[in-house]
Amino acid sequence: MTARWRNTRLTTEYADDLKLFRSRLAQSGAALLVLAWLVLPLLLGEYWSTILVYAGIASIGAIGLNLLTGYTGQVSMGHAVFYGIGAYSAAVFAGRWGLPFPLWLIAAAVAGGVVGGLVGPFALRLRGSYLVIVSLGLLVLGTHVFENWSSVTGGLTGTTVQAPVALGPVDVGKLSIGSARLSRNQGWVYFTWAMVAILGLAARNIAKSRPGRALQAIRDRDLAAEVIGVSLVHYKVGAFVVSSGYAACAGAMYASYARYVSPLDFSLLLSIQFIAMIVVGGIGTIHGSILGAVLLTILPRAIEAVSGSLPFVSANGTGGGLTVQSLNQALFGLLIIGFLLFEPLGLAEVWRRLSRYFKAWPFSY
Amino acid sequence: MTDFAQFLIAGLSLGAVYALICLAFVVVYRASLVINFSLGGMVVLGAYLAYQFVAWRVPFFLAVLLASLVVALVGLAIERLVLRRMVGQPVFAVILITLGLLYVLEQVCTTFWGYDLRMLGDPWGLRTFAVAGVTIKVVDLWTIAASAVALGLLFFVFRRTTIGIAMRAAASDPEAALAHGVSPRTIQGLAWALAGVLAVIAGVFIGSGSRGVDLSVSAVALRAFPATILGGLDSTEGAVAGGLIVGVVEVMSAAYITPNAPSLGSNIHVVIPYLLMIAVMLVRPYGLFGTAEVRRA
Repeated sequence: MTARWRNTRLTTEYADDLKLFRSRLAQSGAALLVLAWLVLPLLLGEYWSTILVYAGIASIGAIGLNLLTGYTGQVSMGHAVFYGIGAYSAAVFAGRWGLPFPLWLIAAAVAGGVVGGLVGPFALRLRGSYLVIVSLGLLVLGTHVFENWSSVTGGLTGTTVQAPVALGPVDVGKLSIGSARLSRNQGWVYFTWAMVAILGLAARNIAKSRPGRALQAIRDRDLAAEVIGVSLVHYKVGAFVVSSGYAACAGAMYASYARYVSPLDFSLLLSIQFIAMIVVGGIGTIHGSILGAVLLTILPRAIEAVSGSLPFVSANGTGGGLTVQSLNQALFGLLIIGFLLFEPLGLAEVWRRLSRYFKAWPFSY
Repeated sequence: MTDFAQFLIAGLSLGAVYALICLAFVVVYRASLVINFSLGGMVVLGAYLAYQFVAWRVPFFLAVLLASLVVALVGLAIERLVLRRMVGQPVFAVILITLGLLYVLEQVCTTFWGYDLRMLGDPWGLRTFAVAGVTIKVVDLWTIAASAVALGLLFFVFRRTTIGIAMRAAASDPEAALAHGVSPRTIQGLAWALAGVLAVIAGVFIGSGSRGVDLSVSAVALRAFPATILGGLDSTEGAVAGGLIVGVVEVMSAAYITPNAPSLGSNIHVVIPYLLMIAVMLVRPYGLFGTAEVRRA
């Protein structure tokens, strides 16, 4: 009888917490996502495919930042630097040394992880606000290196990147179904979101198992975590390594897709965008990172699309007036403020409330 | 030697501006334990407002006063409407809010004044004078003098007046201060208003002379971060010391390192304050004058 009446929606055992799919519903949801992954690129035009690719790449970076900030509680404004390191690594490993596809991506992620491991120890000595400013210093330093190490980065003019995603006969840029050729953007949607799925599941596994609990213990109170035997050196530095590795992986994919990178791509704004993505999506959740990344990638395009019909917005802003760009930035700021004030746990919490409402219906809790 | 003296004065002038900005950071940090990223927006808003009042034929000093008043009210409004609701939230959430405010404030400025450089119309302009072969900009001297007066006034307020002592009390022990009838709300509002005034003075001096006012004035406030951390986030003396040190180091490295080691890049003077800060923090994680946080189980 117990087996029959056991409610699969409630967490009653420790094993429930570790499950990848908590219920039939979750399984069918996952199946729907896979279906969407298969079909959407075929339905969307070039424009939206491009946006989906960028959203996927941003998701990977945001997942990385969420592991560091959301789970471990270490705020970093230097995420853009690791993203940049990944991008330039792709340019060097694939473009100059001619490494084949999976190798340059892995090498780029490792390069980011190594630099993250070098930066991590700062977090052992500094906390809270001080760490924020030091990571800002890292960003300034990184940008300076990107701008001036011309032999590798091409300086301010940037560098072209030759990093094709092709394994044997399969080239993501030239996929075909039967006789129908897919465009490069469509192929990239498949590739990017497959990577999001793989890296997202990996991050979820980290978060749900022993290391994840250690990270959250550090976030909630590092002294208490240390007392119960969580090694701060091990896990704080580890969080930096993994998070930077994710960022570098995203950066390498960005470079490979865009085929051109310049230091302007890796500015303070990018770091803040990553932070905004996890705030809007949901601090300390993996699916929240993806939701936030998708929303914040689509939002500027959507504003561009509607701004033509708004009377108070001008195209180029000669003689003052609101421009599309400044409307975008201001909305970006307001979005962060609004979410932090009214929905601090982000879209993930909205989703959780909704699903709980339907699960418990007709009861209110 | 005359070159060195000239750079020293330029450095001290920049350092004085940094000291004002650092003090604005410190005042807010002590009252509400927040790094106020929106300060850059307050600085640039203050500079633009001063420009606007001058353009409306208000006398310069009165214009600065009016701008200070407006930005102080903006600071107060930010504290009342936004920061007040964030009490008890994690530190980084509050920092993020101020970042969001930075974006909003900056775009308010571009909406009213666009992206073109505006000349402030200050009374000093490009005038210089020479002492023993050393050419000195009038605006640099004014910057140093005015900052010294402002800082002196503030230190007097902090040391000798009831409200200043109440602010220090609330910073060092909020509960004990509360028990003595110091309202944390008043103190926090006051701190944000004070930060607004300091921001306007700093913004006016950044934008005066040959520099002019545009959105990049806001980025100068960001450059004062290493100075603040160098001195210690919660130390008023540290803010002044850190500001002056970073100002001089920045000008000196632009003058001596860039020509001698061009391979380091033309922007090395922006990076060196951060390197200095990181070096200091490895030895003293809470800055030169900051209070070390005691960790208890």
